[in-house]
Amino acid sequence: MIAYTLKRIAIAIPTLLVLIVISFLLMHAAPGGPFTSERELPPQVLANLNAKYGLDDPLWKQIGTYVWNIVTGFDFGPSFVYKDRTVNEIIGAGFPITLTYGLLSFVVAVTVGVSLGVAAAVRHNSALDYAAVGLSIGAQVLPNFVMAPILVLVFTLWLGWLPGGGWQGPETWIMPVIALSTSFMASIARITRSSMLEVLGSNHIRAARAKGLPEHRVILRHALKPAMLPVISYLGPAFVGMITGSVVIDIYFSTGGIGKAFVDSALNRDYAVMMGVTILMGALTITFNLVVDILYGWIDPKIRY
Amino acid sequence: MALLDIDDLSVTFYTDDGPVHAVSDLDLSIDKGETLGIVGESGSGKSQTAFAIMGLLAGNGRTRGAVRFDGQDILGAAPKVINRLRARRIAMIFQDPMTSLNPYMRISDQMAEVLTLHEGLSKRDAVARSVEMLDAVRIPSARERISLYPHEFSGGMRQRVMIAMALLCKPDLLIADEPTTALDVTVQAQIMDLLGDLQRDLGMATILITHDLGVVAGFCDRVVVMYGGRVMEQGPVDPLFARPAHPYTRGLLGAVPRVDDADARMVAIPGNPPDMAAPPEGCPFRPRCGFAGDDCRTMPPLVAFGENRARACQRAVERVTA
Repeated sequence: MIAYTLKRIAIAIPTLLVLIVISFLLMHAAPGGPFTSERELPPQVLANLNAKYGLDDPLWKQIGTYVWNIVTGFDFGPSFVYKDRTVNEIIGAGFPITLTYGLLSFVVAVTVGVSLGVAAAVRHNSALDYAAVGLSIGAQVLPNFVMAPILVLVFTLWLGWLPGGGWQGPETWIMPVIALSTSFMASIARITRSSMLEVLGSNHIRAARAKGLPEHRVILRHALKPAMLPVISYLGPAFVGMITGSVVIDIYFSTGGIGKAFVDSALNRDYAVMMGVTILMGALTITFNLVVDILYGWIDPKIRY
Repeated sequence: MALLDIDDLSVTFYTDDGPVHAVSDLDLSIDKGETLGIVGESGSGKSQTAFAIMGLLAGNGRTRGAVRFDGQDILGAAPKVINRLRARRIAMIFQDPMTSLNPYMRISDQMAEVLTLHEGLSKRDAVARSVEMLDAVRIPSARERISLYPHEFSGGMRQRVMIAMALLCKPDLLIADEPTTALDVTVQAQIMDLLGDLQRDLGMATILITHDLGVVAGFCDRVVVMYGGRVMEQGPVDPLFARPAHPYTRGLLGAVPRVDDADARMVAIPGNPPDMAAPPEGCPFRPRCGFAGDDCRTMPPLVAFGENRARACQRAVERVTA
């Protein structure tokens, strides 16, 4: 298991390099640049700016310098747009916020989703089951960019219970977390329900019941683990979905996370910030998939790395 | 008083295609220490009878009648009541050892939980007792292997584990639902020998459900022949096999290959087993029976004859056995 984990970490490095090169090339292939504006700059000024940021070097040299600075000094460069801020500072300001509501959303989506799915499966074809299925289908067809304005409309404008945005303490966390987690919660509930139903119909569950185990023990000790396998496979894509969802959250709720920095950098051609955020999200995705695979091996004894 | 007394049991499954009558008006009883075989082909209702006794029917199954264990009606009893009986007094081993053990739990955990639950043992004592039981079912180096997962055992070894797990609390009644069907022939013989030894040692009553007539002949005192969810014939093993008194039993025995007479032809019973969603009127065997007549359109009752035998057929015994 340890050897496997080390191997996966070793593979992660070339994966990140490929990610860097491709994003770098795509970014430079897009028309315009960081200093393109409505009012054309004098050619001499533009040439000076390009020289200062190394944009007049050949692309391969730019990539080389960029990677070298990261490896030697963890230096992701200065922002091309905000003259006095580095990429590290911009990410350092936004990332804790994104991480907070991201993790909270993740925990909410998994706990509520799994509980709802298990309850629906155990009370199969009951009113509770139909309510859970109805709710999760409803929640799943509401994407976060629809959910967010509805929440603001209801809880801020109509009821006046919650602040409509910002990031000042737990009451401002509630709506971002609901908006981001709802559709994932719904998917997890549906996956849990169907996989739980399948497990509950299996021979080894009948054998567990034949041992006289009380029902709660049959479900928690015998059925839950195998029923979680499909849910765990879904967590990888769900995580990526949450990262992209954070862009919407930052814009609707002015939470100030890196989602906002990411969108702004793309619109402003702020190459350094765009690259920095891309690498961060790529690294997170790789890490998370590794965690998922290790979890899988922990649950299923037939999987041994 | 019989240990287990089944009175007029019917099991019906309500499916999207309408009700399926898996078991109809079944009467059956088994005494302490007795070995009873239930034989019949797939779909004859023998396994569903076992599940009904254990309260393990699928969610869409409904029962009628009574199942009395030690005088107490346990059919449709509260989960708490049934859970006190399961494993402790009535244990069951299942058809497919490959899927009946939990693949995600160590054998030690799966076995020990039976003892911690029913006998209040500590985990440590429970594991120690489980090791003894694995020794008793002749699993080599049980002490080491008890901490393995099911997929690390062969099919025959897994069935031994299932047997050991079922016998942990020394039950009064063991229900073995086709315990050897999924195993190789040589392993089948070993498992049946083992079951026979344990049955004698523990003195427990055993219901052996099988479609293998040879296994019944070697193992059981008494046999019940089921077809289409009903009892066709029952009685002590030797006379029943020597002179079957029901056309179905006779057909069944005629379809067994013989070792002692290589020239004897196996005779298949013509036709197919009944569709229990739309069972034939009257006797379920009527459409395939060489003796059938219009009077078979009403189901004949199970009538006693000879020594402890009974059959559900209105043709003269002499005509059928001739």
